[in-house]
Amino acid sequence: MSDLLGLKLVFVTGKGGVGKTTVASALALFASTRGKRVLICEVDAKGDVAGFYEAPPTGFNEREILPGLFAMTMDTEASLREYLKLHLRIPVVGRIGPLAKAFDFVATAAPGVREILTVGKLCYEVRERTYDLVVVDAPAAGHIVGQLAAPQAINDLVKVGLIRGQTDWMLEILSDPGQTGLVAVCTPEEMPVNETIELAVRVREETTVQLSAVVVNRVLPELFGRQEEQVFDALSGTVPEERLDQLAGGDVGPLLDAARLAVTMRRTRSTHLDRLRASIDESVPMLYLPYLFTRSHGLRTTRQVAASLGEELGF
Amino acid sequence: MAGGRTTPSSSLDGLLATKEIVIACGPGGVGKTTTAAAAAVMAAVRHGSKVLVLTIDPAKRLADALGLDGIGNTEHRVPDEAFRAAGLKPRGQLWAAMLDTKESWDELIRRQAPDKQTRDEILANPLYQNIAGRFVQSHDYIAMERLYEIHSEGDYDLIVVDTPPTRNALDFLDAPQRMADFFSSRLLRWLIVPYRSRLVNVATKPFYNVADRILGTEFLGDISEFFILFQSMYDGFVERSESVGRLLSDRRTTFVVVSTLEAVPLREAEFFAEQLTSRHLHLGAIVLNKVLPDYLRGAEGTATAESVKEHADALAAQLAPELGAIDPALGDADQISRVLTEVADSYLNFQVVALREMEERAMLSVVPDVLATVPFFDTDLFDLAGLVRLGEEIWE
Repeated sequence: MSDLLGLKLVFVTGKGGVGKTTVASALALFASTRGKRVLICEVDAKGDVAGFYEAPPTGFNEREILPGLFAMTMDTEASLREYLKLHLRIPVVGRIGPLAKAFDFVATAAPGVREILTVGKLCYEVRERTYDLVVVDAPAAGHIVGQLAAPQAINDLVKVGLIRGQTDWMLEILSDPGQTGLVAVCTPEEMPVNETIELAVRVREETTVQLSAVVVNRVLPELFGRQEEQVFDALSGTVPEERLDQLAGGDVGPLLDAARLAVTMRRTRSTHLDRLRASIDESVPMLYLPYLFTRSHGLRTTRQVAASLGEELGF
Repeated sequence: MAGGRTTPSSSLDGLLATKEIVIACGPGGVGKTTTAAAAAVMAAVRHGSKVLVLTIDPAKRLADALGLDGIGNTEHRVPDEAFRAAGLKPRGQLWAAMLDTKESWDELIRRQAPDKQTRDEILANPLYQNIAGRFVQSHDYIAMERLYEIHSEGDYDLIVVDTPPTRNALDFLDAPQRMADFFSSRLLRWLIVPYRSRLVNVATKPFYNVADRILGTEFLGDISEFFILFQSMYDGFVERSESVGRLLSDRRTTFVVVSTLEAVPLREAEFFAEQLTSRHLHLGAIVLNKVLPDYLRGAEGTATAESVKEHADALAAQLAPELGAIDPALGDADQISRVLTEVADSYLNFQVVALREMEERAMLSVVPDVLATVPFFDTDLFDLAGLVRLGEEIWE
């Protein structure tokens, strides 16, 4: 069984639209309800995380939004300020002006700098042991590899200097499968499954971070068992529809169409799931979350997902 | 099929017939790539245009969507046989390319470098190699640069561009300007001063000391070398970045925002549509994908489903003999009742989602001239025939 909650730093990624932020929010919420002190950090700053808890927007300074659950939004400039304050003891307001500008500038040219500041801040929180668990709502699948590979890239690039000294301990945290893990979220659809398979390969080849779990989100319910499906086929095919309409007291056409759609969707999707399972290393657990037929997205939904996630994690 | 049909006067079709660049943008996971591919296929099939579909997304989606493996940085023609195999007759030509960031940067440097030595030094600079190859943000600029390059060569009637998810899409809109600002910056010159002349002004010395301590002299040296080399291309770069920016706001360019009707992606799509409008870029259409079918929204359906649920046992009792007559195994009333309940429940479940979708659609904050709704397809569309099927849904 997956020991996600035993980790210190979990990056949650996935192709856009698969529910990456939902899963990250739910994981953090679940861990906090298990008594852990949790920090959830949003990296691509869309401001969604707060919405999933129905909390006011978050900033760089973490804020406790639910008991034991802290949230923050990554801001590389603020991260740089904090870093300089901690390591160089530079009076922050005075000389930082041109330096921050220069950094912004270098960061635009060599975006690895921006990424290292992000990963650095996260690793710092882990090293300081302020939290039991840091959950990162990480960039989408296409971008996470660049971010996770940044410390290694910088390490290759910068031979001496403060940054070099910094990447060593970051790499130590990131490369320890007992501390750091990546969770890939996908839905049982063609493209997300393809990308997840691709991501797993790239993570293995280009980063030192371990893929700790694959979360399959929005799994449709199985409507019928095999025998029941035969009953359904007979109902929707052999029995005249007028007969059913008459018995039900209304047009059953839409009901049967909807059920057929649900069955087809489920079936198409399960082939993708099989392909996913076959392609991902057996040691990586797959966690399944049901499709939620709900009206809205908010704390209520996040709690529902957290509960399902908890069950999948064996609690 | 679609091949022989006369062009309908729908304005989405009109966009493909009149614009030279169509940029498909929107949040991830909404079928943007597929929509872009469908638009390109439709243009090739219907208008007889020479069309290029260019994906700039780091993941290899376009190759999947077109059922083609290994589309590289160079443009490849989708063979006519592929169309024929799908039962289609292309009147024009369909070309496809995927952006390889590193390769595109190298090409750009080769084109812009003033001489062979500068070119080789830039290509060998470690910082350059990292920017070009490793980090994703450099996709944004190079994508638009490449679009500009291809467009200015004038080989295609229409270029359909697929983009990374919304916020990144904003980055790519800003990328040309950022690149121009970047190279015009005084800071750039300031940063590389100590490496041109070792005479450092007393006032700026602390800055370099700090920069040295943070980045390390060698890295700073690489940065400086990189920028000094780049300076030789400065004018060309700024000029090009500005041209790229102008191309995006040109009348020949239009943006198609793609989304689903789910709350989160839709908010992003709206945000993007608003940004386009406020930047005076042409919002040609919004395409809403994967919309659940109409039959899920009828009030009558709700009543029937509730009635079926309530009387499932009674209905099952009546149906049991009839089904049993077909096959004795099907005549179990309890089982029939379970199936009926499941059918009704499933309808009501999907209805919640379908109604929410319609509500979202009604509340759209930006409504362009063209608002297309595409139904949910029960299978994934990844071949040419599928793309045309999708295209026809969008266009009809």
